[in-house]
Amino acid sequence: MGARSASLLGRGLLGIYLSVLVVLPIAALLARSSHGGLSAFWREVSSPEAQAAIKLTLGVSVVVVIVNGLFGTLIAWVMVRDEFRGKKVVNALIDLPFALPTIVAGVVLLALYGKGGPFGVDITFTRAAVVMALLFVTLPFVARSVQPVLLELDGSAEEAAASLGAGRLTVFRRIVLPALTPAIISGIALSFARALGEFGSVVLISGNLPFKTEVGSVYIFGQIQNENLPAAAAVSVVLMLFALVVLAALTLFTRSRSKHVR
Amino acid sequence: MSADPAKVPVAASGASVKASRLGLRTVALGYLFLLLLLPVAMIFYRTFEHGLEPVWKAMTEPNAVHAFWLSIELVAIAVPLNTVFGIGIALLLERGSFRGRWALGLVVDLPFAISPVVVGLALVLVYGQAGWFGTWLSEHGIDVIFSVPGMVLATAFVSLPFVARETVPVLHELGTDSEEAAATLGANAWQTFWRVTLPAIRWGVVYGVVLTTARALGEFGAVSVVSGRIEGQTQQLPLYVQDRFENFDATGAYTAAVVLALLALATLLAMNLLTRRTRSRRAV
Amino acid sequence: MAIEVRDVTKRFGTFTALDDVCLRVGDGALTALLGPSGSGKSTLLRIIAGLETPDSGSVQIGEEEVTRAPARARGVGFVFQHYAPFKHMTVADNVAFGLKVRRRPKAEIHARVEELLALVRLDGLAERYPSQLSGGQQQRMALARALAPEPKVLLLDEPFGALDAQVRAELREWLRRLHEEIHVTTIFVTHDQEEAMEVAEQIVVMNAGRIEQAGAPRELYEAPRNEFVMSFVGPVNRLGDAFLRPHDIQILPGGDSSPGSTEALVRRVVHLGFEVRVELTLQDGRDVWAQVTRDTTQELEVEEGQILTVRLPAPRVFAA
Repeated sequence: MGARSASLLGRGLLGIYLSVLVVLPIAALLARSSHGGLSAFWREVSSPEAQAAIKLTLGVSVVVVIVNGLFGTLIAWVMVRDEFRGKKVVNALIDLPFALPTIVAGVVLLALYGKGGPFGVDITFTRAAVVMALLFVTLPFVARSVQPVLLELDGSAEEAAASLGAGRLTVFRRIVLPALTPAIISGIALSFARALGEFGSVVLISGNLPFKTEVGSVYIFGQIQNENLPAAAAVSVVLMLFALVVLAALTLFTRSRSKHVR
Repeated sequence: MSADPAKVPVAASGASVKASRLGLRTVALGYLFLLLLLPVAMIFYRTFEHGLEPVWKAMTEPNAVHAFWLSIELVAIAVPLNTVFGIGIALLLERGSFRGRWALGLVVDLPFAISPVVVGLALVLVYGQAGWFGTWLSEHGIDVIFSVPGMVLATAFVSLPFVARETVPVLHELGTDSEEAAATLGANAWQTFWRVTLPAIRWGVVYGVVLTTARALGEFGAVSVVSGRIEGQTQQLPLYVQDRFENFDATGAYTAAVVLALLALATLLAMNLLTRRTRSRRAV
Repeated sequence: MAIEVRDVTKRFGTFTALDDVCLRVGDGALTALLGPSGSGKSTLLRIIAGLETPDSGSVQIGEEEVTRAPARARGVGFVFQHYAPFKHMTVADNVAFGLKVRRRPKAEIHARVEELLALVRLDGLAERYPSQLSGGQQQRMALARALAPEPKVLLLDEPFGALDAQVRAELREWLRRLHEEIHVTTIFVTHDQEEAMEVAEQIVVMNAGRIEQAGAPRELYEAPRNEFVMSFVGPVNRLGDAFLRPHDIQILPGGDSSPGSTEALVRRVVHLGFEVRVELTLQDGRDVWAQVTRDTTQELEVEEGQILTVRLPAPRVFAA
């Protein structure tokens, strides 16, 4: 077989693989959600339970990315600029939420903060539990995106500013923070997209109470179980659009920035 | 563990710089400790608090054993597929020049933007009974949804991007010089790929494979939708964890969770060893 | 083997890298493609190698028409500016690569690798990895690797561009001698006119996707066809539309006022060893510089701020 025909065969197989796996299912989802036209789509999306689920998802995701933006940056700073024993181990463990199955994340949080936990607190079936689960699974995004930037910011600009008499807070606000902002935004956008769709870690701990702790993904799951596929498809498309818009905005932002820098 | 803020050595210096540094360190480590370390440590404790015997019993439970092997089976199918196609996608994205490259990039990144539950739903809408191919599939006696093939599809979908995404930057860094050198030396496309390109990008690929494996092992939402969660048939480990938990079998749930957590820790170790191999890695 | 390029045009998007280029290189010649960056010289070399495909035109190596042939079937050896080593292979495996992919017998490969490593003076380093070699050594390894399959032509793309000045000078001399020894048709790309003059038997000057002039180094220097070649090959003074070589400006002993001479103010004297640059302002206010020897400046006691007499040669004027 010639190299050309082998390459064509490879491309063909890849095309089939991606079609079977991704393209056809997503097309089916879009088709299904628009089956009854825009009015049917809107009716599904605006049902009170769906509305509540979408609002809750957006709300907790916003809370989560704010906390992540703060703590992720702080963690990155401590990992880069601080020295203490066991730092390497802690640094490696930051990636644990990426490696740990989401259902295990839920179980793990329940074991500590659920009923009968050692602290005597019980957050199960509360919105705080949803936030905590999402904080757990999105923990690495901001920290990991800020860390390399902080590493490259070698401190000479900070020292220069300090030598000019700037206080520590001023140095941070004027020198460090602007340099980190793109990385923080990137980490926040990835966290947000992830939080919008998260399911495994939330499903056990949230109790899935409609109007209270039921997030979008759990709502979709419930509608699939009830064989209400139009509702499931409509809300799916809404969540997907939010995530895509955020990620597309991020891509445009990084692209315009890299042009600006060069 | 040294991450315990209580055990962090207190700097005796009175300088405010040191104090605020210590303060920040305590806050950061305290957050990590409460959110991450303590909960994970807790299930290890909970699992083994009544000794090894109940753990052993839980592990040898037929449904647990079946779930374990089903997880392995899913990984064994999805990971090689996504490795081969992932490398192919990376080559097309980085070396190819064709219209619609952005579309390929979008398709590969989609799994990052879509909820696992939505992935499951999308698969149901194509391969389920009421789906596009549902009638044709059932006429030919092929079960996809509520069966292992559907779980394979779900697992492969969610773990699709990793190899491609890890390989693209490595390919970019490698550049085309050495491949062109191989071509002028008489190597054909296959020889160039096997002898020059693949050895040069191998650590990037392996890193991607590790991430793919972790994701495939842990997938829950998508398989939850497509599997039907039939005990002893379509339950892989994460589904089994949920099943045990909802049936108030804490030991069974914790044991399976610990097995998955250990696999995650092994993944973490592999990631760290590999990061040292590849000098200039971008952030995940 | 001779190389014949006919009417080759190559565009990248809207940028025309090569515009209807024709070139003939004789069998066994050592040719330099000389030009500023973006002149198309590397693109031309890569088209000869088969690493780029021309939009139109043809390439012939020996008697064979190779325009559509893949790089691997052309029998060319190619050396890259940044060496393009196979980093995961030892030096010996790098050199052996072209023979291994051709499935030559092991013993033959071994003998050939030894021979080539001796030729490029890397004998003791066969089991090292490229990262353990200096830049100059890596480039010699790349040369040995390119020569191993006995190419019909050897193509080098800015081969010494990434090396420091001293190593570069050594390798130039060495390439020249290697060529005398093995006499394979060789084309190398450079933007350094001194390197081209020193190494090549024939220089092809390129600019903006076209060949401005091709010829022996001396021919280009003494009879440049246009102002681009004049100013790119060798130093030059420009006076309006006219060009003069700095070494053609004569500084005359005081009191000499023969026809064609004029007075000039010495602005600056720069000593570069044996050569001295004298920067002058002519009576009519124009600035030029003269290239003279140290002996001349000493003899005539040339100093900054002094006014002296110079004789300008008949300047060259090129038709626009």
